[in-house]
Amino acid sequence: MISGAEIMVRCLQEEGVEIVFGYPGAVICPFFDKLHDTEIKAILVRQEQNAAHAASGYARALSRVGVCVATSGPGALNMITGIATAYMDSIPMVAITGQVRSDVLGRDVFQEADITGACESFVKHSYLVKDTAELPRIFKEAFHIASTGRPGPVLIDVPVDVQEAELESFEYPEKVNIIGYKPSVHGHPMQIKRALEMIAQSRRPVICAGGGVLTSGAKPKLREFSSRTNIPVVSTMMGIGVMPSQSPLYVGMIGSHGTKAANMTVHEADLVILCGARVGDRAVASPDQVAEHANIIHIDIDPAEIGKNMKTTIPIVGDMKNVISQMLKDIDYKAPDEWLDHIHQRQEEYQKEPVRFEGFVEPKSFIAKLSSMLRQKAILIADVGQNQIWCANNFKMSDGRFFTSGGMGTMGYSVPAAVGAKLARPNRDVVAVCGDGSFQMSLNELATIAQNGLNVKIIVMENNVLGMVHELQDIHYNSRYAITELSDVPDFEKLAEAYGIDSVTVSSNEDAEKYAKQMLRSDKPFILICKVHPKTSSR
Amino acid sequence: MKYTLSILVENHPGVLSKVSGLFSRRGFNIDSLAVGITEDSNISRMTIVADGDEYVIEQLEKQLNKVIPVIKVRTYTQGGFISRELALIKVSCPAKQRLDIMKIAELMDAKIVDVALNTMTLQFADTLERFETLTDLLKPYGIREIVRTGTVAIEKDSAAQRKQTV
Repeated sequence: MISGAEIMVRCLQEEGVEIVFGYPGAVICPFFDKLHDTEIKAILVRQEQNAAHAASGYARALSRVGVCVATSGPGALNMITGIATAYMDSIPMVAITGQVRSDVLGRDVFQEADITGACESFVKHSYLVKDTAELPRIFKEAFHIASTGRPGPVLIDVPVDVQEAELESFEYPEKVNIIGYKPSVHGHPMQIKRALEMIAQSRRPVICAGGGVLTSGAKPKLREFSSRTNIPVVSTMMGIGVMPSQSPLYVGMIGSHGTKAANMTVHEADLVILCGARVGDRAVASPDQVAEHANIIHIDIDPAEIGKNMKTTIPIVGDMKNVISQMLKDIDYKAPDEWLDHIHQRQEEYQKEPVRFEGFVEPKSFIAKLSSMLRQKAILIADVGQNQIWCANNFKMSDGRFFTSGGMGTMGYSVPAAVGAKLARPNRDVVAVCGDGSFQMSLNELATIAQNGLNVKIIVMENNVLGMVHELQDIHYNSRYAITELSDVPDFEKLAEAYGIDSVTVSSNEDAEKYAKQMLRSDKPFILICKVHPKTSSR
Repeated sequence: MKYTLSILVENHPGVLSKVSGLFSRRGFNIDSLAVGITEDSNISRMTIVADGDEYVIEQLEKQLNKVIPVIKVRTYTQGGFISRELALIKVSCPAKQRLDIMKIAELMDAKIVDVALNTMTLQFADTLERFETLTDLLKPYGIREIVRTGTVAIEKDSAAQRKQTV
């Protein structure tokens, strides 16, 4: 005989899961108890939201499904923000929650919450398991749905009696058969032909690369496409890292917090090729930012994204990697040099020296410097706020990874995501950059870092204010700083010490660079606290 | 403009809320929604009449297709389908007006399903337009209650055939 809990664990083994991030509770105990006997590592986080963020960091770093587990009621509810964050950024994730006994479901018993109902609008799919015999099929489907098509989180809610009930034997299905789920991955040849013709006609083309390029593993192909065609590339925040940042073909990030040169390029282009980008409101606030007569080729795996935010001339539904490979086969085009020269001129023209404040770290030049110190394939995780923009625009690597909560903008993402990323890629540099606001949203994970001896580096930009909103208040609210001042920021060094983690506070770029170098050489976690002037702007 | 969408879904608990939730979440307005199982008991069909422009309907179709238990979505084009709605209408009807109402019912092809001292209940299954005609005729007598099923629709094969021969 085999229990439901053991079946769940066997399913995870069948899926090759090596690590789960979670927090226990009464009704998920059967599962964790069985997991305890296996080689699958269970990482105890300090709050369930961070289990989802850690699973997200893990999933991004390995391009595999991240798994997070919580108990019913408050445990599951805490995880919601993490699940929604993953949904907005299309992260493959399976979230498992314990649920109260199925015979008392709906009676508002202790720690009961309708988590499948609550999560409906930000999971790709969800299951409330009513029968132990259904577990293998559901797990198989969940991992398939989470990782194929446009990836996203799938929730499996398992009542405790379903975990306890026993079956004769366990058999994992080999295939999934979901009639309503057959994502198309190959671009339509006719559409690709039309797209190539349109590219051939263009004089000022630009590629706008989004997160989909990275998700589908199309980065090398896109780089090849750009260099063969001489077509410049701008990226959305989710697409940072698609191009080597120093490449003459890379113009920068677009959007309200992007670079002027990148935005101007999109504005002046006669053809915009959107690649795995959903052109959200932060990337293109209004469609007229794109030239009125520009043609738009939109390549995305999710047909619902095409035409949602921007009118499209040629839609191509398919996996980025496949589509770009298909296009590479037949492309014979070179963008005019004048177009690139013009862009480079613009870039130079818009170049501006960041304002420096005596006695403070200037974060933009520091991030640029820091990224030059990182080893190739390093992972930089920006939190949310000014720190995110400083990182996005100044992360300069030829082959690095940049993670952030792009769609949801969830503060507190970076530290737990770094936990997941480091466990996924123990041999890579993993650096979380946060502000003193976002750091305080998940600093409880320092305990997870310490407990597991994770070599995670954390940079805290301490400016004693909630910088992003503070800046907004300067612009739109007559500098009235309504609840944005963190006047008495705790002594982060003492705090680090309490967790047994080394740290240092610096107030100049020279010191910041010096300690960053030291920090990256050590194999222990470290917190580098940079004093930043509250008037430092995000752009 | 009104659009009629026909959606095939897997017959699982929770599917209805997934579909209807999508409408409210994305800010689409539903005029009516009818659900029932099809010739295959594992599959249900939802018929939704929604209000919107071309952009809204296209988005709606795409978003519906993303819902995993949704198997197929079709938007019926004008003239290409037959739609019906079943309505039960309770009308005030003292004895001396019975004949009037019976005449209206006969004229409109409605069925009288219940007669009480002061009311009469009609059953009517037809198009939206004919339903409005009937209620207009009954209004002067005092409509007490109307219960409607929402529109169901099916594709007109004859129309499709004609298209093919042309």
